[in-house]
Amino acid sequence: MADHHDHTSFAHPVSVKLLVTVFVALILLTILTVVSAGQLPRPFGLWVAMGIATVKAALVMLFFMHMFWDKPFNIMAFMSSLLFASLFISMTLMDTGHYQDTIDQFPREPVAQPAAPAQP
Amino acid sequence: MATADTQVHDEHEHGEFIAHHFDNAEQQYDSGKLGIWVFLVTEVLFFSGLFVAYTLYRSHHPEIFDQAHVFLDKWLGGLNTVVLLFSSLTMALGVRYAQLGKNKLVAFFVLITMVCAAVFIGVKAIEYSHKWDQGILVSSAFNYTTVHAVPATAIGKALHISDYLVYLSAVPAILLIGFLIAAVGFTVGGKKILGIFCGCMAITAGGYFLGAVGAQVYMNATDGGVGGSHASQPILLYAQEDHAADDQAGTEHAVDDHGDGNEEHSADDHGAQASHGPDPTKFVRDIGIFFSIYYCMTGLHAFHIIGGIIALAWILWRSLLGQWRSDYFGPVDYVGLYWHLVDLIWIFLFPMLYLID
Amino acid sequence: MGTTIKATPEIFGHAENNFFNASSGWKSWAFTLDHKRIGIMYLIGVTTALFLAGVFALVLRSHLWIANSEMLTPAMYNQMFTLHGAVMVFAFIIPSIPAALGNMVLPMMLGAKDVAFPRLNLMSFYLWVIGTGCLLYAILAGYGLDTGWTFYTPYSIETESGVIYATAGAFVLGFSSIFTGINFLVTVNTMRLPGQGWFKLPLFIWSLYATAIIQILATPVLGITLLLLISERLMSIGIFDPRYGGDPVLFQHFFWFYSHPAVYIMILPAMGVISELIAVYSQKRIFGYSFIAFSSVAIALLGFLVWGHHLFTSGQSLVVTLIFSAITFSVAIPSAVKVFNWLATMYKGSILLATPMCYALSFIFLFGIGGLTGLFLGALSTDIHLHDTYFVVAHFHFVMVGGTLTALLGGLFHWWPKMFGRMYNDMLGRVGCFLVFTGFNLTFFPQFVMGSRGMPRRYATYDPEYQIFHQWSTIGAFLLGIGILLAFAVLVYAAFKGPKVGGNPFKAASLEWQSSSPPDFHNFLHKPVMTDPYDFDAMVYDEDLDTYIHREFADPAKVPPRVEPIHH
Repeated sequence: MADHHDHTSFAHPVSVKLLVTVFVALILLTILTVVSAGQLPRPFGLWVAMGIATVKAALVMLFFMHMFWDKPFNIMAFMSSLLFASLFISMTLMDTGHYQDTIDQFPREPVAQPAAPAQP
Repeated sequence: MATADTQVHDEHEHGEFIAHHFDNAEQQYDSGKLGIWVFLVTEVLFFSGLFVAYTLYRSHHPEIFDQAHVFLDKWLGGLNTVVLLFSSLTMALGVRYAQLGKNKLVAFFVLITMVCAAVFIGVKAIEYSHKWDQGILVSSAFNYTTVHAVPATAIGKALHISDYLVYLSAVPAILLIGFLIAAVGFTVGGKKILGIFCGCMAITAGGYFLGAVGAQVYMNATDGGVGGSHASQPILLYAQEDHAADDQAGTEHAVDDHGDGNEEHSADDHGAQASHGPDPTKFVRDIGIFFSIYYCMTGLHAFHIIGGIIALAWILWRSLLGQWRSDYFGPVDYVGLYWHLVDLIWIFLFPMLYLID
Repeated sequence: MGTTIKATPEIFGHAENNFFNASSGWKSWAFTLDHKRIGIMYLIGVTTALFLAGVFALVLRSHLWIANSEMLTPAMYNQMFTLHGAVMVFAFIIPSIPAALGNMVLPMMLGAKDVAFPRLNLMSFYLWVIGTGCLLYAILAGYGLDTGWTFYTPYSIETESGVIYATAGAFVLGFSSIFTGINFLVTVNTMRLPGQGWFKLPLFIWSLYATAIIQILATPVLGITLLLLISERLMSIGIFDPRYGGDPVLFQHFFWFYSHPAVYIMILPAMGVISELIAVYSQKRIFGYSFIAFSSVAIALLGFLVWGHHLFTSGQSLVVTLIFSAITFSVAIPSAVKVFNWLATMYKGSILLATPMCYALSFIFLFGIGGLTGLFLGALSTDIHLHDTYFVVAHFHFVMVGGTLTALLGGLFHWWPKMFGRMYNDMLGRVGCFLVFTGFNLTFFPQFVMGSRGMPRRYATYDPEYQIFHQWSTIGAFLLGIGILLAFAVLVYAAFKGPKVGGNPFKAASLEWQSSSPPDFHNFLHKPVMTDPYDFDAMVYDEDLDTYIHREFADPAKVPPRVEPIHH
């Protein structure tokens, strides 16, 4: 029982074509990131993977989550969360870097040895 | 009572789906939308603590991450990623059809989303039980053995699967059987919508087994599963430069001649099953920290997936009741946004945990 | 131009049919969606928490009467200060003004019928009940809690006390706070009256909005911190425990990333209340409206950048310490802006020294001292000496008790006649304020002195040279307790037996006063007219109702002409 009301101003159905296109793009990017893992030299591998993840995230946010057409306030709210999270990470990272050797030197607790696993 | 000639609100103009404190449908929708976005902000900050922990340990101890990530299978992780991305698509389609008032299509797409979510959990259950069999636990209890634990439960022995998997699957199994019985019962008893709903829930529970069985088959094909060892796992790679702090390093360090990441094996390794898996004596200290972070991040994420399934079930129920129309579809939209966030988090977790090179 | 509404008691005066008797029976309260009823239930809840935690305080202050007291064992003493802190912070102060006063008043200030999500509001209240219950279970089941309210690792990992119950309780209370924040933020965004722009809102709304931002951004981090601590205790995941490769100072980073913004959750609503009180009881437009509004947001945002000042002596690196110290100084500036604006508002105002105004003046004095002493603690060189001494204890009590509790009491007295339609005994109210003020100063001022002379905090026994300070402090504590009791007694008596009063006894101008006292279930029985919340001259006295109403609704024949203020 389909309810065919006229479009009131706030409903904004996204076209199927657009959604499927975004999905295909996401899959391609996923394949790209899996295949490229381990192929790139040391420092770049992480940044490329994170970069691809960011592009995928942007696609999900803009189109699946409708941010592309949304009120700027909602977008601002969400972005602010990322800003504050990155603040948290950066300051803590800067600080913990300075005292790592004290932790490294702390004696470790020996791991409790479980009973020997049954041999097949 | 009031003698004022302007009333506060007029009930029959209001529409039964607009709450009394809102002036119109659009205000209600806008409020809900802002509300869910703000809730998503709290979720991002909630996970941020774990991302902080990850960033800290990865930058201060990259060697832990380099060694430990080999225990994660990137193809299974990739499969889970594809499953979640697909579920995001079906969710977005569900939202679209809710805005068009096409309730049956909403129910259909929400069901697929739920099944995908259950598949994800099924695959996760395999990953977790597989690791627990091998002593891959959080930092304090990390005690890797190359040989899987042998099942002791009747079901485990019969199906040749891990005991932990049996325990994990107990709840989905009960749900599957329970909802099947309920579906038949309600349909026969004339309560059609309840019957359909329970049937959908049973299908969702079935999704768990779909994922679990698929992943188990994959595991068996690649490494021998229960009682076997990691034939296909890359052997630990890095000859360590400095082992002053590593009191486990009693053996000599084999040299990596071919540059293919495989160490040459010393003579006493031949024939033992341990030679085909990561060599525990080469682990860096604190390697278990990786798994503490892994279990916390994926565990919390899985918890949110399960919460999402519950929220989606609620939406499914309301879709079956035909409640959505072009000026009232908010709840589908809001649950959809939550679901996309869960997908978003996984989009980052996957490369961070599985794709470390 | 007047409207056609006739000013009747039901609309603007004392209403016999109001939200209290709109429905009856315990279920109509337990399952209510009315923000006013939820606010009252919250008030009862947080007041109970206040008294419970207050008892813990009196016990520990009694123990500290003499230097080597044996009244409590050291283990028991640890429990007392921990529970006092945990219950006060999580169950009382953080919810207090937003959940009790905010719930009662915020929707009405916006001319709305309720908050955006009434069911979420009710859930918020029940989460408060469950969380507090969980916290109390730690005590009642005999486990207790002895880690300090800050749960520092590694002790909180090792101790046998009820850390898991207490942190689970705090976790649930965190959700209560988050849901209140979401509700208020959305309500202010989407449910204002048409024409009610951001700069036409009362400043209490601005402060609750800024508070909501903090609740939303900061509280989840507390959530994950407590979850990780629980996991550490249960499964030894090794994130904070150095025996398994973890970092105990990391806990402090995680904990204070929430807990510093949390103190702004405590003080911002209080400042909002004070802005309202100063304006109404000076009958003068608030001075520097935009400055106060923006300063609320600035405090909220800057408050996220200073958490490291709690870690100055914990082994934090010097670079990071310097950054945090510098930013800490900056966060004092918006607070000072507010104080200057309040004083400027009072200048040439028509001051009414009713009970709420007495509390407001107390606030300015006590918060001023509290804030200034924060600067001593923010400066690295002095903090080295003052950290973990009674100086810190005095500082935060000046801002939390001299600040938030004082503002809560002032706000309660101010809005009580609106909520209950009955007036309190002003003389006794002011006596209560005086006792609170005196008792408070006697309790905590000596603590600044002994802290600067080296008396450490959280110590069950101490060197006899400090005994005289402790004794003043203990006497003050009991006096403070009596004062608070008296204040609540006056309020409770007034709620039931006070003389009836109309919708706007204080000639206030914000929208919540444009209703009957107590308000109707729907808040307004007319369409509220958008007014400037600080345009006091727009309010005129209505003889029949014995209350003030807006000119719009008054009989044109009886309305005196507007008086243009004389500008010097």
